[in-house]
This record gives sequence, structure tokens and C-alpha cells, in this order.
Amino acid sequence: MLLTGAEIVIRCLQEEKVDYLFGYPGGSVLYIYDELFKQDKVRHVLVRHEQAAIHAADGYARSTDKVGVALVTSGPGATNAVTGIATAYCDSIPLVVISGQVPSAAIGQDAFQEVDTVGITRPCVKHNFLIRDVRDIASTIKKAFYLARTGRPGPVLVDIPKDITAQKCAFEYPQTVSMRSYNPVVKGHQGQIKKALQLLLEAKRPMIYAGGGVVLGDASEKLTALVRKLGFPCTNTLMGLGGYPATDRQFVGMLGMHGNYEANMGMHYCDVLLAVGARFDDRVIGSPAHFASEPRRIIHIDIDPSSISKRVKVDVPIVGDVGEVLGEMLAMLDGTPERLDQDSLAVWWKQIDEWRRRDCLKFNQGEELIKPQYVVQKLWEVTGGDAFVTSDVGQHQMWAAQYYKFDKPRRWINSGGLGTMGFGLPAAMGVQLAHPGSQVACVTGEASIQMNIQELATCKQFRLPIKVVMLNNRYLGMVRQWQEIFHGNRYSESYMDSLPDFSRLAEAYGHVGIRVDKPGDVEGALREAFSRKSDLVFLDFQVDQTENVYPMVQGGKGLTDMILSAEDL
Amino acid sequence: MVVGMMKIQNDTHMRHVISLVLENEAGALSRVSGLFSARGYNIESLTVAPTEDASLSRMTIVTSGSDDIVEQITKHLNKLVEVVKVVDLSESAHVERELMLVKVRATGKEREEMKRMADIFRGRIIDVTDTTYVIELTGTQAKLDSFVGAIDAGLILETVRSGICGVGRGDRVLKV
Repeated sequence: MLLTGAEIVIRCLQEEKVDYLFGYPGGSVLYIYDELFKQDKVRHVLVRHEQAAIHAADGYARSTDKVGVALVTSGPGATNAVTGIATAYCDSIPLVVISGQVPSAAIGQDAFQEVDTVGITRPCVKHNFLIRDVRDIASTIKKAFYLARTGRPGPVLVDIPKDITAQKCAFEYPQTVSMRSYNPVVKGHQGQIKKALQLLLEAKRPMIYAGGGVVLGDASEKLTALVRKLGFPCTNTLMGLGGYPATDRQFVGMLGMHGNYEANMGMHYCDVLLAVGARFDDRVIGSPAHFASEPRRIIHIDIDPSSISKRVKVDVPIVGDVGEVLGEMLAMLDGTPERLDQDSLAVWWKQIDEWRRRDCLKFNQGEELIKPQYVVQKLWEVTGGDAFVTSDVGQHQMWAAQYYKFDKPRRWINSGGLGTMGFGLPAAMGVQLAHPGSQVACVTGEASIQMNIQELATCKQFRLPIKVVMLNNRYLGMVRQWQEIFHGNRYSESYMDSLPDFSRLAEAYGHVGIRVDKPGDVEGALREAFSRKSDLVFLDFQVDQTENVYPMVQGGKGLTDMILSAEDL
Repeated sequence: MVVGMMKIQNDTHMRHVISLVLENEAGALSRVSGLFSARGYNIESLTVAPTEDASLSRMTIVTSGSDDIVEQITKHLNKLVEVVKVVDLSESAHVERELMLVKVRATGKEREEMKRMADIFRGRIIDVTDTTYVIELTGTQAKLDSFVGAIDAGLILETVRSGICGVGRGDRVLKV
């Protein structure tokens, strides 16, 4: 039996067991939408802007271990999707994005709603395809899913000209994929793992530094087992939060630009560093030269060879799936008679506990103004530490990362690499759809939320009971903070005048809106919001406008140069 | 000679000849060139053409950079989904050749001199008019450079160079 290209696209999605497809229709994808209409296996979520479709698919992927899928039309549909695709690319999130293209014969003719989608997205996808023959659709979509989820995951785009979705051919979904040019390494090199273990056992001041790769590789159980067995301190990057339980004693907090004092100091002064699925980026280690000024031996486990020895020279590189390698390491550790130098480790822990006593995240919640940190702390208490928390980008993102203690992976959903404002709300939609009964909070600011606020309509249409926790300081807070510290208090364009009344805006979209002005009302408002199981509640917390995120390492400075509070300025 | 070699070894921006086999697909070239421009790597020359297996292309890229940068270049090239194999030819013995076509003014006493120079450099004259020659020359980059340096610059009408092709010496084979 012959199927049209559009039918084949939908059949492929069904074969891949796609339950949600986030998208927005348009001229070039009309045949595909027509086929969507005729079936009910793949449920379509109609967003209000294509960027949100990608973020929603992204949130869906991050909170599960599945591939997120989105469908957009040609031209502006595709260009609107670019920010979402780049966001997913920077954080290695598996997505398949299907974009419509003008008919084959019109390509290159400057046709209506034509852009070179494959060209525009090339630098921000793991791979992309332009389909030229209806007979290639099934094998290409199969490849797209395979590429998206294997190796270092990432977004894959499939661009399909409209005429091809109307042409017919026989449909057969390939069972397997074999590509001579793409064979990601899974197992780590035995000799290297052995060498790494030897180093770890000889360590006097060890540190384990785990990033998003642990979450993406579903390796947090193995990481936790290894950290506990070794008794070493463990820090997580922004992307790795939840990869190791935050309430555990061996967890020293997040590291980096706004990392904990003890985490940054430990990272700098350790003698053996085990980096797992992390990439030593500029927001994590600051200046590579300063980082290299203290001698230490580094073991780096990563699925992507190009992440190893990129910014920091590594002594023992191990290319492989972090879960596989950690599993091997655990097995080897059990098999070796050698044991750690417990005395040195005890001295090291004493030092770490001394750093810990600086209590770098302390803040004073007074009677009058709500401290943003207090809101996040209460959010953690009210949700029992068990919510899925998405965030936008800025101060609120850092406070969420610092004060919500994530004990499980895939609970903390944020745009770490690209830093995309407007990510939080659409990402929360994907998370809520993937986890219908779970508590989902979007911690945001009054600036970020406005970058995709139209999605409140999508939330209404699909009855998504997300809790929007907005820390409203009437400023682009992180910009204001940098202007205060580095630009002589000249708040150039970081103040937002004419803000809407957000609670009434939420009501206009059919949701519940609550404005909170007093510290004493914070907990009650949160409790009320989470007790409304079927409503989206938009909480507008009017917070202290002058609050800054501490600790802070200035861009380009060393990890140990931390500003711990306003007194250090 | 020894001094010259020392200099090369100490130079942090050493020249590298990278050879790759990639799928002969639309867009593969722009993925490679896009990688170099996006990450700020140099391309001195790049040549590409299909191989005896029409589904594959062979590319030779001449680049320069410190060892760390060249290591990253090869890693990133390997990461491209369409790239099947990557080899840094300059890591061991290899041969390189480049093709150059030079159109020169050939009149009066210069006409005979130009013919002589072409012979000395084992070039061939492949197009002749009353006033011009087109000389075809093959060799290493250095040889082509010295030919251009040896003839009167005022007589050169145009030059076109292919960029280099390289292959490992002996048993070293880059094949899929």
C-alpha cells in the first residue's frame, strides 16, 4: 500500500512512540497536520509561538529520558524555532524537530515563507537533513531519532518540502540504523579506568565534579554509589543538580560563578579531581589560567572527546558513556584490595567543613521586604523537595539553583548553556504533560516571563496546573547586579517601567493570580497555590529590589576570588 | 637545516595537513567550513572531490595552530556526523602536491625566457597565444611559490592554485 509523505511522517512518529508533538501549523506543513487530524496516537500540543514548541519539547525531554518532538512550518516557523534549538544544543538535549519547507521546485526561488532552514540551523544542531525524495522520509526520521538520543545527545532537524509530503511511496520503518560515519563510543577504555581508580585511591584531597552528563546519561545512581563508597566530597554544576542528592552530607553544593564557597575552594585546592560529564566551562571554573595555577591531577569522563582537554588539560581522559564507565569503576573498586588514605581524607573533610562554616548562602529575612531566597526556600519546603522546577534566566535562576535542594535527577530544568530567557514557562508545559500528577513550578522573573507569556493560553487549553513562582524585583536583576558591581551603579536600561498587573493578567488568561507583598504571606500563598491541583496559579512575589546573588566570581577571575556578600564589594 | 627544523618545532602555529573521508552529500562541505569559521580555526586551503567510491569524498585541509588547537580540530571534525575518517597527515611521512595554472605575458625576449623557466620547473605550457602562455605546474606549495618568485611579477596575468592534496607515504592508507 502506498502512503503519502505526510502519512509516513506521522507513522514514523507513532513507531517512535511519540505521545506529544509540540507545534504550530502553517502552509508548508498542511499535509502533515491533515494526517495528524486523522489519528489520535500522537497528541499535538498547540503552542502560541514556535520558540515555545521547542522549549516545551525540550522540557519534556529533560524531565524524562525520551526524545522531545516538535513540528513547525517553513520560514518564520523555522526561524522562531532557532532559539529553542540552540538552547537544546547547548545543553545536549535530544530533540527531533520537523520543519516544513517550500515545495522542492520553489527552493532557491525566494518563495513565500522560504528560508534556508538547514543552513540557518546547521551550527546549532547535532545534525540536520533536507529530504529530497519521499522514499527517504522513513529512514531519515529513524536516523534523526537515533542521532538525537545516542552519543552526546542533541537536537536533530528534518526539513521536508511540501510537495514531498504529498507524494506517495511504500512505507516500511527501519528496525535498525547503521551509519559508517557515526559510531559513538559507549564503553570506556579499561586501562584508563584502572589508571583513574589508582589516582583516586592515592588522593589526599579528592573532589568529584559532576555535570549534566550524569543526568542525561541516567547515571546518578552509579555516581551516588561511587561517591558514597569513596567517601569523597561531590559538587554539581548548574546542569548537574540532582545528579547527586543535594541533602546528602557529602554534597558541597553547586560550584562556579555563583557556586558555594566550599565547592569552589574544594575544586581549586583538591589534588585529584574526577570530572564526570562536565566540561569545565567559563561559568564553572572562571579563568583557566588561574585554575591551572594550583597543581592537581584530573580524570575526565565524557562521551564527547572534543569536551576533553578543551579548556583544561586532563591527565586521564576516559571517553565513554558516564554510566558505563562509572559502573566499571565501581566494579573495579570492589575488586581491588587497595584502600584509601583515610587519615588524609579526614583532614581534607575538616578543611571542607571549615569552609562550610562560612555559611555562604545565609540571608536575613526581615519583616518588611520579601527576600527572593526566602521564596525559593519556602517553595522547597512546601513541595517537600519533590517538585519539578523549571526556571528562566537571571538572578531567580541562580537562587532556584542555590536554595532548592534537588535530591533527584531530571527535576531541575533550566537553560544552562545558552541562557535563554523565556525558557521556563514553555519548558514547564512539557514537564507537566510528561508528569501529569506531579508538582511543577516555574521559577521566573518579571522580565523572563514576558518573553513567552503568551503560553499562558496554551496552559489553559491543555489544563496544565503549573505554578508560576515569579520573583518580581522590577529590574533585569542580573543585569542590574553587574551594573551595580562593574558599571558604577549606572542602571542602563535594566529597569522595567510599565509592568502589567501580573495576577490580573493571569486571570485574563483564565488562571488564578495571587500577588504577595509581605514575607509573612509567602508560605501561605505557596500552600494555597499547590493545594489547587487543577489550576495554574501565577504567584507574583514582590521581592527586595536590591538583593544580589552571592557568592559571586567575576567573569574571567579565579574560582577562589569570591564576593561573598555586599560587604565584600 | 637544523636551525630551520628547530624553528618549526618551536613554532606554536605549526602547519598541519588534515585529510578526511566524508559522505558525499549536499551540505557536508559547509558543515566542515562552518566548523572552522564558527570556532575561529584557520583554513589555508581546502580541496575536495569524490573518490573512486562515489558515495565518499576525500578532503585535504591545510590549517595551522598549536598542538592543542589541532587536536580540537581533529576531534570536532570526527564529531561531524558525515565525516567517516580523519587523519593528520603531518604527523608522519606523507606527500603533498598542488596544481597551479599561471597565465603570463609572453612577448618579445620574455617569450623564450618564460618557456625556459617553465622547463626548469618541469612545468608544461598548455595554452599558447601570440602574447600569452598558460603554464601548468605541479608540486609542493614551496615549489609553486618559488616559481612565482622566480619569474618577473610584472608578467603574471593571473594565477590559480588548487590547494594541496596529500596522501600518507608507504603502507599508511586512509580508507573506509
